[in-house]
Amino acid sequence: MTSRQLAIRLIVLATAILGLNYIIWRWMVSVNWDAWWIAVPLVLAETYSLLDSLLFGVTMWRYRQRDTPPPPPAGLTVDVFITTYNEPLDLVMGTARAARNIAYPHRTWILDDGNRAELRAIAEAEGIGWITRSEDWANRPRHAKAGNLNNALLATDGEFMLILDADQVPDPRILDHTLGYFNDRKMALVQTPQVFVNVPPHDPLGSQAPLFYGPIQQGKDGWNAAFFCGSNAIIRREALMQLGVMRYVSETELALNKALRTADKVVAKARRQLGPGQERLAAALSTVAADLRQVRRELSEGQAIADVTYRFQERVDTVARNLVAEDFAALHAELNSIEGLSRTIDVDGSLAVVDDVALDRLSQRDWSPLGAVETVRVLIDSVNAEKAGEAQAVMPLATISVTEDMATCMRLHSLGWESAYHHEKLADGLAPEDLDSMLTQRLRWAQGTMQVMFRENPLLQRGLGLAQRLMYLATMWSYLAGFAAVAYIAAPVIYLILGILPVQSLSNEFFLRLIPFLVVNQILFLVVGRGVKTWRGQQYSLALFPTWIKSVTSAFGNVFLGRDLDFRVTPKTLQARKRLPWHLVRPQLIAMAVLVLAAVVGAIRLLLGQGDLLGSSVNFVWIAFDLLIFSVVIQAVRYPGYDAWLDSTKKKEGNP
Amino acid sequence: MIEFNNETLANGVGVIRPVGRLNMVSAPHLGANIDALISDGTVRLVVDLAGTDFIDSSGLGALITGLKKTRQAGGDLRLANPTAQITAVLEMTNLNKVLQPVSSVDGAY
Repeated sequence: MTSRQLAIRLIVLATAILGLNYIIWRWMVSVNWDAWWIAVPLVLAETYSLLDSLLFGVTMWRYRQRDTPPPPPAGLTVDVFITTYNEPLDLVMGTARAARNIAYPHRTWILDDGNRAELRAIAEAEGIGWITRSEDWANRPRHAKAGNLNNALLATDGEFMLILDADQVPDPRILDHTLGYFNDRKMALVQTPQVFVNVPPHDPLGSQAPLFYGPIQQGKDGWNAAFFCGSNAIIRREALMQLGVMRYVSETELALNKALRTADKVVAKARRQLGPGQERLAAALSTVAADLRQVRRELSEGQAIADVTYRFQERVDTVARNLVAEDFAALHAELNSIEGLSRTIDVDGSLAVVDDVALDRLSQRDWSPLGAVETVRVLIDSVNAEKAGEAQAVMPLATISVTEDMATCMRLHSLGWESAYHHEKLADGLAPEDLDSMLTQRLRWAQGTMQVMFRENPLLQRGLGLAQRLMYLATMWSYLAGFAAVAYIAAPVIYLILGILPVQSLSNEFFLRLIPFLVVNQILFLVVGRGVKTWRGQQYSLALFPTWIKSVTSAFGNVFLGRDLDFRVTPKTLQARKRLPWHLVRPQLIAMAVLVLAAVVGAIRLLLGQGDLLGSSVNFVWIAFDLLIFSVVIQAVRYPGYDAWLDSTKKKEGNP
Repeated sequence: MIEFNNETLANGVGVIRPVGRLNMVSAPHLGANIDALISDGTVRLVVDLAGTDFIDSSGLGALITGLKKTRQAGGDLRLANPTAQITAVLEMTNLNKVLQPVSSVDGAY
């Protein structure tokens, strides 16, 4: 262990001890239960923040800086993928040419989800491959970037693939510096940093993530949990394909079990509704019920799903055919009434997420016996091994989230594969240059993370070690900051305006317990950050509270209530605008106004002799801190984009 | 490299025999063979793995894709004669829960 690592561990321990010392005292002794409506939210917010810093401490515990990997052996086959949807052609081609010039032998492909003939012509003229979706994808869920990559995986055959966003221009050395990690047969993925070149030093939009692409990734790497971040990463094809095959099996099993349960309900309901004189139908339903039991029996005996469902289909087809022969017209009407069924099942694409609500609705419909037989047939058909609703049976990149990277990486880790974080800038990226695009991008990341948290919570994934689970949780946890921010705004406002204190008293004990924790926590950031600018990130983690809250609520609605995510692709070019977009940060502006108002009211109350000097002073400082945090949105709104910023800087220098 | 010795049996079942290694390089060839048979109207297929020395996840992916396509065309795809390595890979990925191989081509249908 290096002395630096020792120092980090000691500070982490100190943070944990001092933090627990504070928060336990807060819960046990200091909560002002008379004002529980603000006291409890505040202590919850503080607990949230403490857990956040404990998770950060766990991340830093195994902080590791990897040695330079050996040079790669010759003869590996590599595909370089540039994903694009609607970016300008010169942007895409700029990246593609740089990719073609990567030194290690490879093939370069543009993955054009926009299916642009013009782009194809330019690319192929320069010897760059062009891939768009195959016909299989027509009228099926497209799964955005994950679908684009999955499509390309089946159209290419390199052992390794480098994934680049259209706005990440690679360094020629990128493969030579990273492929060596794959000498380790268990290495599935190497992520390199995403650094942006079109960002001024003061980084008004918080585009750079030096804490994440640095200490945090290095810390996660120590626990074999370095994250895949969607671009600038090299992946082993074998690992992804294995993931795809295993997911296919488990999704098929899951979907079949769900469909069997629903089928039972459908049949039972139809039997209850039988009237007298319908013996023939009763017999048909009994046959289907017996067939369903047989399916379960055969599955429990370990027979293969494909065989079992295939035979079931044949038996039910026979039942249906016999009924049809006897009363074609009646059945035909029934069939029309359930035509929409297979579409319902495909609502969300992946079979793993066959919608419980839709299945319930199906079983509750008033199915007549004939309809029931056909319903069961369609139900089992829809999950049988063919996955008719999807373009590809095997989807190696996870499609459960709008950000495919985290979910895919977590699944790789749970299969026992390893990942590495290579801390060297090997691509020049372009960040969004205006507030609207930046907010869209942050919302999408946060929503994607929340989708994974709700759909495949890391704490429940088999195959992950405890520390790996915590590493995934830590990132998800940080996106819950929006709710804490609301409490941190409300508490000082309520004190200064109403005089209600959420703690019992602002005694010496309060400060003696809180301040050492805050100090040590900041020292930890200083030591691990080693001079990188972390302040901007700290500001945005609170200042974007409306975005974070929206990501949680919309992802919850999407995962559990089947609602639309209202998802937009991040624009990669500067959005034209006429006026400054103050409306985008309205909640923050209102919060700032309320904070200022509270400070004024507090000052007046103090002058009138109503306020307590110590309490008011603490809250003035608190408000000043909140305002300092939120002030970042003002410069974000006023930021004109990189070129305009460069021009104005030059003018200033020209006319001192 | 890989070779395919295919034949169609008297009962209309198409037999595909990949000889060699079924890996990420050769998997697309298997897919093309399956597609060709389906488009000729042969939708009940058996992949005879007796001559297949090695299979990886890409090869398995091609088998699953073939299963999906034959099922959609109203047929089926079955596996026969897996070697020990293939059986091990099928078990490791749990794919034997979906596609269970049989010991001979004749017993497939």
